[in-house]
Amino acid sequence: MQLTLGPVLFNWKPEEWRDFYFRIADEAPVDTVVVGEVVCSKRQPFLEEHIPAVVERLAGAGKKVLMGSLVLMSLPRERKAMAELADDDGFMMEVNDLSCLGMLGGKSHAIGPFVNIYNESTAAYFASRGASRICLPPELPLSAIRSIAKSLPNVSFEVFSFGRVPLAISARCYHARLNKLAKDNCKFVCEQDPDGLAVTTLDDEPFLAMNGVQTLSYTCASLLGDIDKLKDAGVSSMRLSPQQCDMVAVAKLYRDVIDGKIAVAEGAQKLDQLYPLKKSNGFLFSKPGAAFVTDSGDVRRIVPAA
Amino acid sequence: MELICPAGTPAALHDAVAAGADAIYCGFNDETNARNFPGLNFSREEMRESIAHAHRYGTKVLVAINTFARAGNVELWQRAVDDAVEAEADAVILADVGVMDYCAKTHPEQRLHVSVQAAAANPDSIRFYVDSFNAQRVVLPRVLSVQEIAAITKEVKVETEVFIFGGLCVMEEGRCSLSSYATGKSPNMDGVCSPAASIQYREENGSLVSRLGDFTINKFAKGEAAAYPTLCKGRYQTDEGCGYLFEDPASLDATTMLPDLRAAGVAALKIEGRQRGRAYIERVVKTFKDVLAALDDGRPLPVDALRGLTEGQSTTTGAYKKTWR
Repeated sequence: MQLTLGPVLFNWKPEEWRDFYFRIADEAPVDTVVVGEVVCSKRQPFLEEHIPAVVERLAGAGKKVLMGSLVLMSLPRERKAMAELADDDGFMMEVNDLSCLGMLGGKSHAIGPFVNIYNESTAAYFASRGASRICLPPELPLSAIRSIAKSLPNVSFEVFSFGRVPLAISARCYHARLNKLAKDNCKFVCEQDPDGLAVTTLDDEPFLAMNGVQTLSYTCASLLGDIDKLKDAGVSSMRLSPQQCDMVAVAKLYRDVIDGKIAVAEGAQKLDQLYPLKKSNGFLFSKPGAAFVTDSGDVRRIVPAA
Repeated sequence: MELICPAGTPAALHDAVAAGADAIYCGFNDETNARNFPGLNFSREEMRESIAHAHRYGTKVLVAINTFARAGNVELWQRAVDDAVEAEADAVILADVGVMDYCAKTHPEQRLHVSVQAAAANPDSIRFYVDSFNAQRVVLPRVLSVQEIAAITKEVKVETEVFIFGGLCVMEEGRCSLSSYATGKSPNMDGVCSPAASIQYREENGSLVSRLGDFTINKFAKGEAAAYPTLCKGRYQTDEGCGYLFEDPASLDATTMLPDLRAAGVAALKIEGRQRGRAYIERVVKTFKDVLAALDDGRPLPVDALRGLTEGQSTTTGAYKKTWR
């Protein structure tokens, strides 16, 4: 089982973003790293100047580097930027919207978790057009993951395994709306919430998280206890999505549990210390995504915040 | 511009035909369509009869097979395509790439529309569906401004269809797992959003609380109109305060935008609401027939005629006006 570090979904300060990847390159036991702004093109210019150095450092450390495409693109400049990305032969693109497929012209590529691949026949179609790696949508249950992965042994399949789960994308910026700003003049208020802004119900129960135009889960996905099931289903990599915590330690922890160096229970306990947000894995078991299904099959739900 | 109306039952389809719809969209009574509600939709036989009935009056029928095929049971979706073709559907409305591939290969003559669930929001994405599966129309997601719709319609060689009335999706359609996160049932896989089976209303200290799955979606004071607890139109809180963080409980009504949509080159206008009753269908179709006739004649458009049918009696033009964002 390999490890992939997904793209940073949040608006991090450019220097912090750069230093985060430098440290990942030097210390994290991950095999593949997805780089690039995938949520909001307005944030892209800030990262641009650091991307070459980040890519070089990661590649120099032996990591495979993928460049992620935007999830939702509508502006001409966004389409142009994605076309240039698709044209670059220096790295493989991770496609997050089908717009990019025509731009790639059959070139080998990866497909990210934002493309709807729910069955083996869709996966086969994308494989026939050059997809060699596929990160499946986070809401897929294990039975579907197994059915798809087993049907295409030559494609590497990946599953979203750590981090706030991306649940929706919109043209409307909720961070701007909350701050009574227009999206065009958003003042980049999402940077105030580098881990997403928690959204709770009127009963004070944690529910969702806001990240500009994106809506995420309040809970943090954790498939640490489900590694054997994923392996058995034909999954070859687990995706860790960057959050505001020690992601090097998170990657090491996943590596150690995969390698059998530490037991799942101990790993789960350590993960809660590294990142105390409530964990969820319900999607894997066809339960509400917010739920956590234990190894014995108990379903736990989020509890109200203290 | 073609007026496309919803039909959740054969009776509603008859009403829509009688009211003068140009085309009607509907689906089979299983998980292959995105309005998989109990007691709704068409058996195979009903579909055949209904299409024959509509055709007698010159009305087209578009069959929505617009959920994503379930792994291990793709045949159910393929069979739905076969059956729609056999029933002489004027078009199939598809979302799943694998199902589109099957349809294009097995029934190359069948007219194929790209469902709003396929999230084709720009010319490159639309071109992918046209080049790969010979799609002839794309239903645009409710995330685009009229200016963007005009630019798309100009750039692509395929018809565009837009929603003009009914429920408003705030998130890009086909890419939303909010409902699945709260209830375990998904629009993409199960064809349901904020499913009725997961909804509870209860009294709490004099206010009415609506819940979806394990989560409180809204609380209404005494006398306040209680909206259906659609997840993205609920009231929540952040450290900044409490309110409708994603969208107010309003319905889409693009009547005032129709001149702009026509100028944008849009081919078809779609009314949402396959789960709605016959009276709704009849009234909405008739009203929009009047509106379109006024538009053609250069008369002032009758606006607000449908407010009584909207959620909380409040309407929005949604993403069509750029300021919505």
